[in-house]
Amino acid sequence: MQMHSLAFDISHTLAGGLVLISFMMLYQDRLYSLLNVFALHALVLALSVAWQAYVQDAPHLYVTAVIALVFKAIVIPVALHRIVKQLGIHRDIESAVGIGPTMLAGMGLVALSMVLMLRVTADADPLAREDLAFALSVVLLGLLVMVTRRNAVSQVVGFMSLENGLVLAATGAKGMPLVVEISVAFSILIAFIVIGIFLFRIRERFDSVDVSALDDFRGERR
Amino acid sequence: MASFNPVMAVLLIPICTAALLAALPGYRLTARLNVVASLATFVSALSLFVIDRPPPGPYVLIDDLNIVFIVLNTFVGFTTSIFSASYIAHELETGRLTPVYLRFYHAMFQTMMFGMNLAFVSNNIGLMWVAVEIATLTTVLMVGIYRTHAALEAAWKYFILGSVGIALALFGTILVYMAARPVVGEGQDGMIWTLLIQHAAKFDPALLNVAFIFLFLGYGTKVGLAPLHAWLPDAHAEGPTPISAVLSGLLLNVALYALLRFKILLAANPAAISPGPLMVTMGLVSVVFAAFMLYRRRDIKRLFAYSSIEHMGIIVFAFGMGGPLANFAGLLHMVMHSLTKSAIFYAVGHISQIKGTQRISRIRGLTVTHPALGWGLVVGVVAIAGLPPLGIFMSEFLVVSSTFARQPLLAIVLVFGLLLAFGALTLRLTTVAFGAPRGSTASAEASYVPMFAHLALVLGAGIYLPAPLVLWFQHVAQLLG
Repeated sequence: MQMHSLAFDISHTLAGGLVLISFMMLYQDRLYSLLNVFALHALVLALSVAWQAYVQDAPHLYVTAVIALVFKAIVIPVALHRIVKQLGIHRDIESAVGIGPTMLAGMGLVALSMVLMLRVTADADPLAREDLAFALSVVLLGLLVMVTRRNAVSQVVGFMSLENGLVLAATGAKGMPLVVEISVAFSILIAFIVIGIFLFRIRERFDSVDVSALDDFRGERR
Repeated sequence: MASFNPVMAVLLIPICTAALLAALPGYRLTARLNVVASLATFVSALSLFVIDRPPPGPYVLIDDLNIVFIVLNTFVGFTTSIFSASYIAHELETGRLTPVYLRFYHAMFQTMMFGMNLAFVSNNIGLMWVAVEIATLTTVLMVGIYRTHAALEAAWKYFILGSVGIALALFGTILVYMAARPVVGEGQDGMIWTLLIQHAAKFDPALLNVAFIFLFLGYGTKVGLAPLHAWLPDAHAEGPTPISAVLSGLLLNVALYALLRFKILLAANPAAISPGPLMVTMGLVSVVFAAFMLYRRRDIKRLFAYSSIEHMGIIVFAFGMGGPLANFAGLLHMVMHSLTKSAIFYAVGHISQIKGTQRISRIRGLTVTHPALGWGLVVGVVAIAGLPPLGIFMSEFLVVSSTFARQPLLAIVLVFGLLLAFGALTLRLTTVAFGAPRGSTASAEASYVPMFAHLALVLGAGIYLPAPLVLWFQHVAQLLG
């Protein structure tokens, strides 16, 4: 029993840590520091997945953990660093909403996901249900990062943190098949985004996503 | 013939051709290969009707429901490949596409067909999710292929919204697995649709409800339902027109199919919420919203993109109402819409190439200068607006009349939306098709066969539906509950 509760506490701490780091992303106002925080996010995810692999005795999850570590904690942040430097993107992040309201909204979302998930999964085993509640919080906070930030790199970072939440949910669901495949599919998706930014060099995108400029392209402004 | 496996054929032909097309140079050869491969895929799909079906395995399932989708998918894929050959030839001449991008385009076209077919045949909800993701990614890349500022903008928007949608759908899929695990057992089994449906009655209803909300929002984004539709018009307007045709005609159906699978799953659990009201609401909102938006369109591809939102709204509404008649109507409407909308995009593709613009105000008097294209467009728009004797009239009539019998108030809102859309479309049609010609009058090197084949099918279905087809659809409508 003692062992079980220790396992429980550790995975709890790691999942809670992910939610906390998601909050840290909400108030970063520099691109580089946002990328560093994301690398930390991915590192904690890798630890969490590895821990689940150990606890559930599911060796295939180690593959997922390694993908998270190598790809998301190292390769992507480094690549994005270089893109930011080479393209000379503004290093301050313009946010659409102030930090105060964003943090409040974040707390609201976490409370919402806790209430929803804990109530819905009353019968499931405690580890899975709390994992799921944390995962949903991370997903929603990732969405919040995406909608409150205006430039493309921070939208990508928001999407990747959202995706980390999904991997957390998938590993928490004991014995779920295809976890490795799904994490690979997602990594390809992210690679596409990063390559897309790099090759297409949508430089204008980085400075602003001005919706009124979009109307011009559509030829629909009167 | 015992070794011929049609399911593997509809998957392997596209993916192998994709690899081949990525390697081969030259326009003539690759465009032909694209057509031949699409035809082969279509024939293999047709053979599903006659060859004994494989029993449902852990990954592949063939039942009466998905055969309809697969055959429709491969057929429109085939006609689009013919249209695409002549469309792309023009794009190469004008230099909008370079040979490298042409290879890329053809490879992506076949990869997309692979993704869509995989989504249809998969019996595993995880695999289905992966397949939808493949299909989305390839279309994102093709929307951005012209690399103009507007195209990249559209691709980015599509990408971000599509990814968020697909992420929500994955969360929903994980929740379905969580609901299934205590009943079906751990591992692979918890994701196999045929097993899920057998045991669905014993799943935890609360968990299933939340799962469906996520799945509905996730796949609903890809269906293009109203508050989640923002990516759709841009993606349609900025990509090559063959892609607009398959987006409207096929990709929306893929997401719809995923939604229907989960609707059936929910219906099998008596304690879970009924998905109907949710679908009815979103469907109606889409119809009315899109109908209003039609009036303000200045871009011809955007106009028909909004019309797609309207029609997907009607289809989701019909499936949300449920019952044999409404399901039948929804299914018929889906088939008719795919055929008609892709035919319209074939016409619009050639028209915008001739005129060199997509602005409606710069296109006038098409029936005078280009009779075949102009009248093709007229018939197509008449069909999509829901006038008799074409097929869409019949399916819309069925949707409306079955709704009137059960929920007259909803039917009034629906009819209001339909009439609004009808007004907008006829308004635009009269300016584009008739009147004094404007813009270039250069003759078209168009391929008319795909467009007229689709329109003939739609007209034929409006006049006479063969009895076996009706029986088949009725059977499928009952499956949908």
